[in-house]
Amino acid sequence: MNAIAPTAADDSRDLADIRTDNRFRWLVTGAGVFVLVSLAAAALSMLWGGRAAFQKFGIAFLWTDEWDAVQQQFGALVPIYGTLVTAFIAMLIAVPISFGIAFFLTEIAPKWLRTPVGAAIELLAGIPSIIYGMWGLFVLVPVLAEHVYPWVDANFGQIPFVGVLFAGPPLGLGMGTAGLVLAIMVIPFVSSVMREVFLTVPGRLKESAYALGATRWEVVWDVVLPYTRSAVIGGIFLGLGRALGETMAVTFVLGNAHSLTMSLLEPGNSIAATIANEFTEADSEMYRSSLIALGFVLFIVTFIVLSIARLMLRSLNKREGN
Amino acid sequence: MATPLYAIRAAKNIAAQVLAVLAAVFGIFWLVWIIWTTLRMGVSSLNLALFTEMTPPPGAEGGGMLNAFFGSALMSMLGILLGAPIGVLAGTYLAEYSSKSWLGETVRFVNDILLSAPSIVLGLFVYTMVVAQMGHFSALAGGIALAFIVLPVVVRTTDEMLRLVPSQMREAALSLGVPQWKVTMQVLYRSALPGIVTGILLALARISGETAPLLFSALNNQYWTTDVLSPMANVPVVIFQYAMSPFENWHSLAWAGAFVLTLFVLLTSLVARAIVSRNKMTHD
Repeated sequence: MNAIAPTAADDSRDLADIRTDNRFRWLVTGAGVFVLVSLAAAALSMLWGGRAAFQKFGIAFLWTDEWDAVQQQFGALVPIYGTLVTAFIAMLIAVPISFGIAFFLTEIAPKWLRTPVGAAIELLAGIPSIIYGMWGLFVLVPVLAEHVYPWVDANFGQIPFVGVLFAGPPLGLGMGTAGLVLAIMVIPFVSSVMREVFLTVPGRLKESAYALGATRWEVVWDVVLPYTRSAVIGGIFLGLGRALGETMAVTFVLGNAHSLTMSLLEPGNSIAATIANEFTEADSEMYRSSLIALGFVLFIVTFIVLSIARLMLRSLNKREGN
Repeated sequence: MATPLYAIRAAKNIAAQVLAVLAAVFGIFWLVWIIWTTLRMGVSSLNLALFTEMTPPPGAEGGGMLNAFFGSALMSMLGILLGAPIGVLAGTYLAEYSSKSWLGETVRFVNDILLSAPSIVLGLFVYTMVVAQMGHFSALAGGIALAFIVLPVVVRTTDEMLRLVPSQMREAALSLGVPQWKVTMQVLYRSALPGIVTGILLALARISGETAPLLFSALNNQYWTTDVLSPMANVPVVIFQYAMSPFENWHSLAWAGAFVLTLFVLLTSLVARAIVSRNKMTHD
């Protein structure tokens, strides 16, 4: 006999190992499936919670502007409009600024400055949103109300067509302020994604461009940006998803007014702010159900935006693998 | 003499670089302003009573946030205890067991979405699933809501950290006849431990400032309680309610709370970063 004969003890140990192996596989697969189930359950539970509102108001819920707790009439137009406008303002400010920061951190800044500034921006992305909201309410709102908005109203309020955007009482609260606070919150996210993405561009591509006499700007605009386009768009959508769903930062500075207004200086509302402000005060089933229905709308919108973001970013990962 | 084309290109280049520097200054300017405000307002409102006294009733003087700090600590712990183990297992599934299967790809995709989903949505989810079923707000519901925020963070970092473990280690252990579960438990987890701990710390930093989900689950409580089945005070919701109130005393308490919260979050993420960078050094 030159092979070692298996003994009964070995056999049972092998069997036990196989059994444990199978159990472990089921355990981890179950945990993976749990992630899937929790997202689906989140969507379904909100659909269930908002069923009373959806049944009563139907699809018109989305474009009715009435929001009356006494009459039990609810429509989501004002919050949806506010969410879209504030997120749009935020992206309008955040995208160029983030691009500038990423350009600065990858091409312009001296080497010793890049790591600390990059790390600082990433750390600041972790500051709780409620801090941004408090700062907005106690510091930014008074400054805007006293020094900035009166000037904006006086200088831009009379221009035909676009004037309505900038006319109004300088309260400091409103959609313009909310958009600005959102932009400040989103800048660290978008700029750190852009920076990471820019760093994946192979050095030889940039060096070839420099060797041909391209300026720094031309390298970034004509080489780096085309190479990373889809991932940059992914990063922007990631920021957009954040801006759409952000709650605390905007709740403080929006002013919680259920009125449809064109003016960026007047108080408005957003989906998340409406839910945060009114949920604990909602005294009727229909009121609460309408708020949950609002949450469902927000979920669907952010789900779409974030899916686009992830699909856009995915192509980058594939390229990194090559 | 430079031709006009060169002059234009050079001018464009300089303009773009100046704008980029201004953008960086613009970004840093707001962030420094926010940190400075929190620091200034927080330090001036900071005192010992903050950590020894309960939240005061409307209009009263003094008071602290002891019950809120306790509630936040308890609910964060609950969130980590519920969310982190499932997260580590799901991350293990993605890195070790799914190997490009459609299920694995779907889980990874959904997890990424969960990672950046608005937290208010998760709060409403827990409201309908737990609070509405139990009939009242509770700290337990708060912990569950936070667990859903912990989950995707831990899944993501565990997945990434396990994939960083060199495959030679798996092969060496497997070729010795070690079963896969033992390889995972005793070789892979040990090697990826600093990374997994970092993930949990990052998750902790994230949930300690989360307000929206707690608004619909734990709500708030003016009094001291250790009962996880009753509403419980917590730092973010107290800050929210106090900051929105008209009382001067509540405002300064809110600033003190905000200061402690920011400090905690920044320190936690710094520690997490330090663990990662030290770990990277030893692997290289």
